[in-house]
Amino acid sequence: MAQATDITLWEAIKNGVIKDNTIFKLALSLCPSIAVTNSLKNGVYMGAAVLFVQTMVNITISAMRKVIHPKVRLPIFMLVISGWVTVVNMVMAAMAPDVYKEVGLYIQLIVAFASILARAEMFASKNNIRPSMYDGIGMGLGFLFALTVISFFRELVGKGALWGHPLINAKPLLILVLPAGGFLSVGILMALFNWLDARYSTGKTAGH
Amino acid sequence: MHSEFTKMFELIIAASLINNFVFTKFLGLCIFFGVSKKMETAVGMSITFTAVMMLGAAANWLVFNKIMVPLDITFLKIIVFIGVIAGLVQASDTIMRKIAPALYYKLGIYLALISTNCIILAVPLENAAEHFSFVESLAFGLGSGIGFGLALVIMASIREKLELADVPAPFRGLPMAFIVTGLIALAFTGFSGLITI
Repeated sequence: MAQATDITLWEAIKNGVIKDNTIFKLALSLCPSIAVTNSLKNGVYMGAAVLFVQTMVNITISAMRKVIHPKVRLPIFMLVISGWVTVVNMVMAAMAPDVYKEVGLYIQLIVAFASILARAEMFASKNNIRPSMYDGIGMGLGFLFALTVISFFRELVGKGALWGHPLINAKPLLILVLPAGGFLSVGILMALFNWLDARYSTGKTAGH
Repeated sequence: MHSEFTKMFELIIAASLINNFVFTKFLGLCIFFGVSKKMETAVGMSITFTAVMMLGAAANWLVFNKIMVPLDITFLKIIVFIGVIAGLVQASDTIMRKIAPALYYKLGIYLALISTNCIILAVPLENAAEHFSFVESLAFGLGSGIGFGLALVIMASIREKLELADVPAPFRGLPMAFIVTGLIALAFTGFSGLITI
């Protein structure tokens, strides 16, 4: 058993949102960051789903960590993750059918998120339930934050609207809501974060 | 008149060019950005991917339509598909090591990366959602594999050139890769409307 880390909720959130942000810093789980961010609503729902799965998986793995044999731990982690993803999938399909129609496939693919498996392996399987829960909330919020920023930018510039309500009365840059625009906006936002990072601190840059 | 063969051909074209997984559905991006730095790895990865994708499509189609639909447990499809794929990858790893050690030496490392990849899982999920027949599922898997390979090879050849370019500091590395992908995706939008199914 490795040393148990005790972190506060605030530290976990700071870590997940800023220091180890899944998308902008670690560059993991990129697929949904582009696929579902063409409108703010889709981005926020997807982020919330990931927040829930990450937190519940961390709690479950942490509670079971003493009975999981190290040799079979990865298949068991996958089973736990896919169990919780199935729960989210069914809840979303029932509660928000209009959003589910667009993001359904990507909700199911949360199973294959490297970031969720990585947190279960690196943190939850070594720590008590409370810090694991905090860690899950922190990492999930970081993901939700990234998706919100990207989708805010894309819907505002690409459609001139937010959450479906038109705001700007000018011809929008349609390309940003098209698939190609997703790659462009994530690239631009990543470069912006790198630039801010280099300017205000001496942290590492994304992708390296 | 649409024969079975024409339909299959259309499905392959549609999956590889029009609905390219990388450029229009944004799947497999982690691997796409991870292994597109060198041409050699890109080619190896595409071959392994296409093979596993077809195998996965076939195995999951059998499990889904012959076991899960009769038992009425289709809501478990995420868990089952992940399990089938993980088992399949493990099995092909072992078989390849015994039968073709030379091939294993070249492509084995990619196999390990594949089992938790989202494209491999997306193919059977789409097959199930679209109610494809067995042959259609295979064609869809093949088309998706070719599409992914095409994307990887295009990207790898651009990135090899990009090594020599003078990119502004904040854009170095991943941000530039994203911008390049965006531009290729823009080109791929030109394929939309080529075939309507």
